[in-house]
Amino acid sequence: MQKFKQLDALVAPLDRANVDTDAIIPKQFLKSIKRSGFGQNLFDEWRYLDHGEPGQNCAARPLNPDFVLNQPRYRGAAILLTRDNFGCGSSREHAPWALEDFGLRALIGTSFADIFYSNCFKNGLLPIRLPKAEVDALFDQAAAVPGYRLSINLEAQTVTRPDGKTLAFEVDPFRKFCLLNGLDDIGLSLRHAERIREFEAKRRIEQPWLFAQES
Amino acid sequence: MLKTLYDKLWDDHLIRQEDDGTALIYIDRHLVHEVTSPQAFEGLKLAGRKPWRVGSIVATADHNTPTRGWERGIEGIADETSRLQVQTLDANIREHGALAYFPFLDARQGIVHVIGPEQGATLPGMSVVCGDSHTSTHGAFACLAQGIGTSEVEHVLATQCLLQKKSKNMRVEIDGVLGRGVTAKDLALALIGKIGTAGGTGYAIEFAGSAVRSLSMEGRMTLCNMTIEAGARCGMVAVDDTTLDYLKGRTFAPKDALWERAASAWRKLVSDEGAQFDAVVTLNAGQIAPQVTWGTSPEMVTGIDGAVPAPEDFADPVKAEGVARALQYMGLTPRTPLTRIAIDKVFIGSCTNSRIEDLRAAAAVVRGRRIAANVKQALVVPGSGPVKRQAEAEGLDKIFLAAGFEWREPGCSMCLAMNDDRLEPGERCASTSNRNFEGRQGNGGRTHLVSPQMAAAAAIAGHFADVRTLS
Ligand code: SF4
Repeated sequence: MQKFKQLDALVAPLDRANVDTDAIIPKQFLKSIKRSGFGQNLFDEWRYLDHGEPGQNCAARPLNPDFVLNQPRYRGAAILLTRDNFGCGSSREHAPWALEDFGLRALIGTSFADIFYSNCFKNGLLPIRLPKAEVDALFDQAAAVPGYRLSINLEAQTVTRPDGKTLAFEVDPFRKFCLLNGLDDIGLSLRHAERIREFEAKRRIEQPWLFAQES
Repeated sequence: MLKTLYDKLWDDHLIRQEDDGTALIYIDRHLVHEVTSPQAFEGLKLAGRKPWRVGSIVATADHNTPTRGWERGIEGIADETSRLQVQTLDANIREHGALAYFPFLDARQGIVHVIGPEQGATLPGMSVVCGDSHTSTHGAFACLAQGIGTSEVEHVLATQCLLQKKSKNMRVEIDGVLGRGVTAKDLALALIGKIGTAGGTGYAIEFAGSAVRSLSMEGRMTLCNMTIEAGARCGMVAVDDTTLDYLKGRTFAPKDALWERAASAWRKLVSDEGAQFDAVVTLNAGQIAPQVTWGTSPEMVTGIDGAVPAPEDFADPVKAEGVARALQYMGLTPRTPLTRIAIDKVFIGSCTNSRIEDLRAAAAVVRGRRIAANVKQALVVPGSGPVKRQAEAEGLDKIFLAAGFEWREPGCSMCLAMNDDRLEPGERCASTSNRNFEGRQGNGGRTHLVSPQMAAAAAIAGHFADVRTLS
């Protein structure tokens, strides 16, 4: 998992509430055997004018010019501004996979659905909750100023606006620790790799039949 | 400290534990199949990791492989996604290796929970995981065996460990003698009927008592297989002669001096006399009739001599509402005797009931008879290649074919209907599988869970019938 420490990036505003995981990545893409490559189908129904199916060449599909992520001024954005209850609906982990694969690293909104929120941390995405007035102001500024950027410091738990105003956010200390160090569950367990190896070696001696016929 | 079997297995696999009880558990055997593993392997690759111990892996393709048309090879898998999953498993095992791999079309291929024990790759004292909830099956060998999700599959691949908290101990004591025509499947269904599908939630179940001791390994596997439907992630049976006799000489079981050492260690895999259980449930085997489910949850079950209940029989309004919904989905009228419910299809198979003993029992009922005219399809899907060949050597295939059954290649088949074997909307099936959820065997399909004998009896009668009265 990618570490997340600081991020200074272009902001794209997605001005809708209750964006569900089906909208983030429609169900036909769940048939995939992969966990990468979902970025091109992120927000598929909103992003393209035709109906999306797995295996298409998305570069050849007609884009919806009105959709925010298709507008040239937001190309390359790594921060997505969202409204209330982003990520609701099905628990599919494909949603954070798609957001991350698209190139997004942080989400800023008033609230996120529970499972989606924790799935983000497992996949190197930082979801930031801010009070409504602050999110409203960010939406206004992002719309008014082309090339609008924000600077996020996870260590300090701050979002800094171009005008210098700093917004503080809350994050669970353990999740913060994992994200700062790029540790997913596997990374966390592998911190004990030495212990696992010792345990295994002892087991091999004491109960060799459990390892029988293993080359 | 006196320990239960589960306590012993837990302690023997515990690497470390956090203050909040989250533990790192060592995994001895990782069973891998085509549906829940691709993203786990891909996740490993994306993170630049390698499997920790490929010697722990036993893999097969079973969930979406077809049960006929094998002569057409991989092209016989019509659905593109399914074919890709099978090919991806091939590629992943080729790249990383495994202790054993039984690919699609292999003579030893079969349902993952059938082939593990059959090959002696499931051994007492092991912790066993698989990305399939019916991994509890392997607990029949005094294993700590449990189903896991895809991200846990990746975690086990990468670390050889599972993160989890210890469960509480439940003992299910089944004494008495099983009546004629009553099987381990009926014990499992009767237990679920008694404690409910959430009755075992948070517990590890040990099955004990004289009726359990007298079950064959096949029967114990059926019982442990269904523990997940009782809400418990794992079920287990202590080691005894039956366990050791079953395993001796199997391909991946230890041999000679190592066998002797192992066997004496395995003998200790029993609960200490007087060990404390957090809950105890008792059943009298002698009072259990052959069971048939009538609803859309395994707990909606009754004896063959019973009738479909009415919603108003249930005091709890939530339950009554659930029963009403189930009856509507199942197309059943309250008070209908089970023996009056006509069926359209029969499925004998799945990791619950597709072993040689199951096929023998069903064949004994079918022998010399024909399936009823109203039965559109009756499938027998052996659990593995070796089961299929054994059955053929005993002439069971001939008995089934003569009666009008279809004799198929091994796999999960109509248990979850990922391949072409499925129910059409509204079709009613007597099935030896483990889940009667809405749509489980095909969109709109209606599943009644029964034992192999009872499925065979229903096929012959055209409706559910008491196998005990069929001489
Ligand atoms: S037979 Fe059914 S329950 Fe068993 S492994 Fe296959 S799909 Fe799962």
